Amino acid sequence: MSTQSLEPKYTEAQYSEVDQYQPATRTGRISNYVDQRVGGTGLVREFGRKVFPDHWTFMFGEVALYSFLITVVSGAFLTFWFDPSMASTQYEGSYAPMQGVEMSTAYATALELSFDVRGGLFMRQLHHWGALMFVMAMAVHMLRVFFTGAFRKPRELNWVVGCALLVAGLGAGFTGYSLPDEVLSGNGLRIIDGMLKAIPMVGTYISFFLFGGEFPGDEVIPRLYSLHIFVIPAVILILIAVHLFMVVVHKHTQYPGPGRTERNVVGYPIGPVYAAKAGGFLFVVFGVLALLAGLFQINALWNYGPYDPSPVQAGTQPDWYIGWFDGVLRLMPGSIGDISLEFVLPTPWGGNSVALPVLIPMIPIAVLLLGLFVWPFLEAWITGDKKEHHVLDRPRNAPGRTAFGMAMMVWYFVMWGAASSDLVAVQFSLSLNDVIIWLRVLFFLGPILAFIITKRICLALQRKDREIVLHGNEAGVIEMLPHGEFREKHNRVNDYELFTLVAYESPEVTPARPNAKGKVSLLEKSRAGLNRVFFEDRVAPVSREEYLEALSHDHHESSAALPAAASAQLESSKH
Amino acid sequence: MGEHGNGDPQSDAVIRAGEGKSSGHAIDNPGLPPHRPRLADVDEKAAKRAERQVSALFLISIIGTVMFFVGYFVVGVTAGDLEMLRLQNTLLGLGVAFAMLGIGLGVVQWARALMPDHEVIEDRKPLRKEEDRAEAAATINEIVDETQIKRRPLLRNTLIGAALLAPLPALVVLRDLDRSEDFGVERMRHTIWEEGVRLVRDPTGTPIRAADLTVGSVVHVVPETLREISEHGERLAAKAKSVVLLIRMQPDDLAPVTGEQENWTYEGIIACSKVCTHVGCPVALYERQTHHLLCPCHQSTFDAAQQFKVIFGPAGRPLPQLPITVDDEGFLVARSDFTEPVGPTYWERG
Amino acid sequence: MKALSQQRRHPLAAVALLLVGLLLTGGLYAAATSVNEAQASNVPDAYSASDVEEGERLFVANCATCHGINAAGSDAGPSLVGAGAAAVDFQVGTGRMPMQMSGPQAKQKPAQFNDEQTMQLAAYVASLGAGPSVPEDEYLDTSEGDISRGGELFRINCAMCHNAAAAGGALTEGKFAPALAGVESKHIYEAMMTGPQNMPEFNDSNIPAVDKRDIIAFLKNNESQGVPGGFALGSLGPVSEGLLIWTLGLVLLIGSMVWLTSRSS
Repeated sequence: MSTQSLEPKYTEAQYSEVDQYQPATRTGRISNYVDQRVGGTGLVREFGRKVFPDHWTFMFGEVALYSFLITVVSGAFLTFWFDPSMASTQYEGSYAPMQGVEMSTAYATALELSFDVRGGLFMRQLHHWGALMFVMAMAVHMLRVFFTGAFRKPRELNWVVGCALLVAGLGAGFTGYSLPDEVLSGNGLRIIDGMLKAIPMVGTYISFFLFGGEFPGDEVIPRLYSLHIFVIPAVILILIAVHLFMVVVHKHTQYPGPGRTERNVVGYPIGPVYAAKAGGFLFVVFGVLALLAGLFQINALWNYGPYDPSPVQAGTQPDWYIGWFDGVLRLMPGSIGDISLEFVLPTPWGGNSVALPVLIPMIPIAVLLLGLFVWPFLEAWITGDKKEHHVLDRPRNAPGRTAFGMAMMVWYFVMWGAASSDLVAVQFSLSLNDVIIWLRVLFFLGPILAFIITKRICLALQRKDREIVLHGNEAGVIEMLPHGEFREKHNRVNDYELFTLVAYESPEVTPARPNAKGKVSLLEKSRAGLNRVFFEDRVAPVSREEYLEALSHDHHESSAALPAAASAQLESSKH
Repeated sequence: MGEHGNGDPQSDAVIRAGEGKSSGHAIDNPGLPPHRPRLADVDEKAAKRAERQVSALFLISIIGTVMFFVGYFVVGVTAGDLEMLRLQNTLLGLGVAFAMLGIGLGVVQWARALMPDHEVIEDRKPLRKEEDRAEAAATINEIVDETQIKRRPLLRNTLIGAALLAPLPALVVLRDLDRSEDFGVERMRHTIWEEGVRLVRDPTGTPIRAADLTVGSVVHVVPETLREISEHGERLAAKAKSVVLLIRMQPDDLAPVTGEQENWTYEGIIACSKVCTHVGCPVALYERQTHHLLCPCHQSTFDAAQQFKVIFGPAGRPLPQLPITVDDEGFLVARSDFTEPVGPTYWERG
Repeated sequence: MKALSQQRRHPLAAVALLLVGLLLTGGLYAAATSVNEAQASNVPDAYSASDVEEGERLFVANCATCHGINAAGSDAGPSLVGAGAAAVDFQVGTGRMPMQMSGPQAKQKPAQFNDEQTMQLAAYVASLGAGPSVPEDEYLDTSEGDISRGGELFRINCAMCHNAAAAGGALTEGKFAPALAGVESKHIYEAMMTGPQNMPEFNDSNIPAVDKRDIIAFLKNNESQGVPGGFALGSLGPVSEGLLIWTLGLVLLIGSMVWLTSRSS
C-alpha cells in the first residue's frame, strides 16, 4: 500500500481567492453569496444563454408541466377541507336537495367544498380542468414527438420516461375521479372491481385487497386518497425531474431548415427571451384554466348523489383519458352467435371461470400502451437506423411512420369514441346498437384505411414539395407566350424555403440479410417485411442534378430572372 | 421524371437509413436567413407603443385581481343560493384569468416586441467520448475487483439470497389490506337473501304485495334483512350483492321454462340480480314493451322474458334470477338465495 | 330518511322500527288505495256526457286508424280500454299522439289538440274502462314536496334512464329516455302513473302519490335553482367535459402558442 501524497491539487491562492473577492455590483454580490455556498454561477453560465428552438408545437410539454403544477397547488387547497373518510354521516350543508341524506364523509366534504367554502367550487373546477388539460397536453406532446421522430436516438429513454409519465397521469386522474364517492365514480370503481375479478388466478384477491374485503366496503376511498395525493404525485415529480434533466442533456430537437444541422441548435437564448416567453406562458396556461374553471361547470357531483350500490345513471362515463378503457369494453361482444365467450376451464379442483369478454379488450389496451413504450426501439430495429437525430422529420417525409401513427390514433379514437356510444346515439338520433356495430367494424377497418390514406397523403405532399422545388409556386397568373401558348407563371422559392423542402432523407427498403450462418432468420424476415411496409412507397427528395436541370431549363425558356441565389448556384455548378 | 415524379432512386440524394450521409441535398445549407429587424427595433415610436401595450396588459392583470376580491368579499352567497354562487364563481374565474393572462400575455409581448430576437446558433456537444467511456468502464471494473465479489462466491450467493428474501416482508405486510374475517372467495357465493326474506323497496323499505304490482311495473328491491346490518361498510357490501330488480309482465310473455325454474316466478312477476354479469354495473333500464333490460355502462342487453338471456353487448352470462313467491300475507318473498354467484365473473367462480 | 338511517345504527330499536314501518306502510297503503278508489269513482263526475261524446267524435276522426274503432286496438296500435284519462292527457298533451310516423318511439312535438279537445279525448277513453285519471292539483303542488327525499327516489327509480341531471339517455335500438327539463309537472306525474311506451309504470302502491310529488318537486327545484359552476355543458358529464377541453381548451392553448412563438412585426 502506498501512502497517499499530501501534495494538493489546487494552490492555496486558489482557495483564498474566494474569500477576498469583492463584487462590484449588487447582482455580483448576490451571485457571489450564492456561488460561495452552492456554486450557482456554473449553472448560470451553463443555462443563462442556453439556446432553445422556438416553434409552437414545442410548447405542449410546457403546458403539461404547468397544468400539473396548477393542479398540485389547487389540489393542496382542496385537501384542507376534503376528508376522504367513508364513515356514514348525514348531510347538513347548504345544498337543499341533499339535506338529511345519508352519505359518506368524503361526499359530504366534497359538497361542503362546493357550496360552503368560499372559492371552493372554483378551486375544485380549476383542479379538475387542470387534470383534464394535464393529460391532454401530455397526449398531444407525445403525438408531436412521435410524428416528428423526436424519440429517435439519443432520446429513446426520455420517450420511455414520458410514457411512464402518461401512465402515472392516468393513475392520478382515475384515483382523483373516484374520491368524491358519488354514484358516477362509484360505478366506475365497480367496473374496476369487475375488471380485476376477471384476471385469472389473482384477480379476485387483488380486488379484496384493494377494497379491504368485498366491494365496496369502507376502505377504498382513503386508500385511493393516499395514492392520489402522495404516491402518484411523488412518482410524477420524480419522473418530471428525470425527463427535464434529459432534455437539458440532449438539448432540444429542431425542425429542418436553413442554418439548422444535426450538429447545432438554432433558437433563442434562455435569458432573456426564452425565459420570458416560457415564464409568461405559465401565466397564460393558468389564465386559460381559470377561464374554464370560472365559466364551465365540471363534475357536478351534487347531481349524482352519494354512492350506493343500487342506483346508476344514464351516461355513465369516466373522464376522457380513461374513456378508451371503457369504450373497448363496450365494443367487445359477450358471445359470438350463440356461443358465449365466457367459459369454465375444467381443472381437477372443479373448474375455473374465464371471462374472455373482459380479458380480450385488455389486449388492444396492452398493445397500445406497451407499443408506446417500445416504439423507439421497434422503429430503430425495423429501419436499421442507428444514427443520432437532432433534426426532426417533417411528418410527410416519414410516410411509413406517419401512416402507422395515424392508424394507431384512429384505433384509439374508435375505442375512445365507443365510450360515448350512448350519448352519440341520443344526440344524433341513432340506434345505440347500430352505433356499437359500426364502431366494431371501424375497430378493424379504421386503422387499415387510416394507414393507406395517410400514406397516400404524405406521398402526395412530398410530390407537391418536389414540384415547388423544381418549378416554383403557382403564381396564379396566366401568361401568353409569343407563339401563342398559354402558361401559368411560377415563382421560384428562395433558397431558405427551398432547403427546407429538400433537406430530408428518403430511405429505401433494406431487404432481409442473412446472418453469420448464412441463413435468413424468421425474425430478420419479419423485420424486412415491416421495413418494406415502411419504405416501399417513397418519394425521393429533389437531387442536385434534377434541380440544376430544372434551373437551366427555366433559364433557357423564360425571360424571367432567376433569384440571385439560384443563378449563383447554377453558375457555380458549371465550374 | 415528370412533374409529379417520385425522383430517381439511384441519385445521390438517396440515403439508406443509418448510412450516416447527411449532405447530398439539392442545395447546400444556405445558413440562417438574414435578420429582419422588427418595427420596434428601428422605430422608437413603435417601441413606445409596444411598451404601452405591455403595461396595459399588466394593468388588466391588476383589474383582474381586484375582480377576484370583489367576487370573494363583496358577493354575498347565502346558503343554497346557487345563482349567487355562480356569479361568485364566474367573478373568481374571470378575476384569476385576467390576473394571470395579463401578466402572461404582457411578459410574452415584452419578449416578442422588445427583447432581442436574434436567433443564436449553439453547437451540440457530442454526447459520448470514446476515452471517457473506456475510463468509466475501467473504473467500474476496478471497483468490482476491489470488492472481491468475483473471487468469493459464498459472499455473492448469500447476498443474493438475502436480497431476494428481504423485500418479501414489504409484500407480506400488505396482507391485512383485506380486513374481512371470512377471508377467501367462498363469501362471494352467498348473499343475504334466503328463504322467506321479504322483498322491500329501495330506499323506502316498504314490502311489496304481489297484487299491487301492475303489469309493466318495475321495483328496485333489497332484502328486508339489509337494514339489520348496522356496520356501514358491511351494509354497503351486502347491498352491492343483493340488489334486485322486480318486474311484472303478462305471464304469457314469459318464455316457458322447465324444471326447478318453473316456480321461480309468481304470476308474471320475475326478479333478477341488478349486478351486471359483465363488470358489475347496476342493470336497471327496463323497457316494458320489449322486455329488454339495458346496462347503461357498457350496453349489455338482457331479455327479461327469456330468463335474462344476453341479447346484445359484452355480457357473457344471463343475470342470475332470484326465485320468488308470496308469503301468507301476500307479500313477495325470496324462495332462496341466488342459486349462483351474482355479479362479474371471477376466476374461482367455476 | 333521517329517522330511518339513525335507527339503522341502533339494533335495539329494530322492533320499534318494524312497528313504525308497518304502521307507515299500512297508512300509505290505505291512502294509496283510497286514492285509487277516488280516481276510479270520479271519472263520471269530472267529465260530462257531452265531453265523452265529443271525445269519441275526435277519436274516430284522429285515432281510430291505429287504435281501432272503439279503441279496441289493431296491429298498428294498442287497445286503449283501461288506459285511463292520464295516459291520454300525457300522450296527446305532449304531442306524442297522434304519431307523425311509426318509429322506435313516439317523439314529443307541439300538441295537435287544444286543452279542451285533449280533455274530451281523455273523457272518452276514461269512459271505456277504469284507468289512472288525471292527477289532482294537490299532488302537483311542488312547494309541498320534500326535495331531498324526491332526489333519493329519483336516483333509485329514474336516473338510470333519464340521467342523474334528468338530461335523458339512450335505450336499446333507437329508443331513448327524454330529458325532463321543461316538462309540465302534470305530465311527469302521468308518465309515472301510466308508463308511456317503453317506460315502466310506477303506480301509487309502488311510488305513492306524495312520493311522486317529492320527485316532481326535486326536478322542478333542479330546474330553477340554477347551475352554480357556470355553463352546464348539457349536464352530460365527463363526455362533454372531455369534448370541451379538446376543443375550446386546445384551441385557446394553440392560439396562444402560435402567437407566442410568432415574430413580432
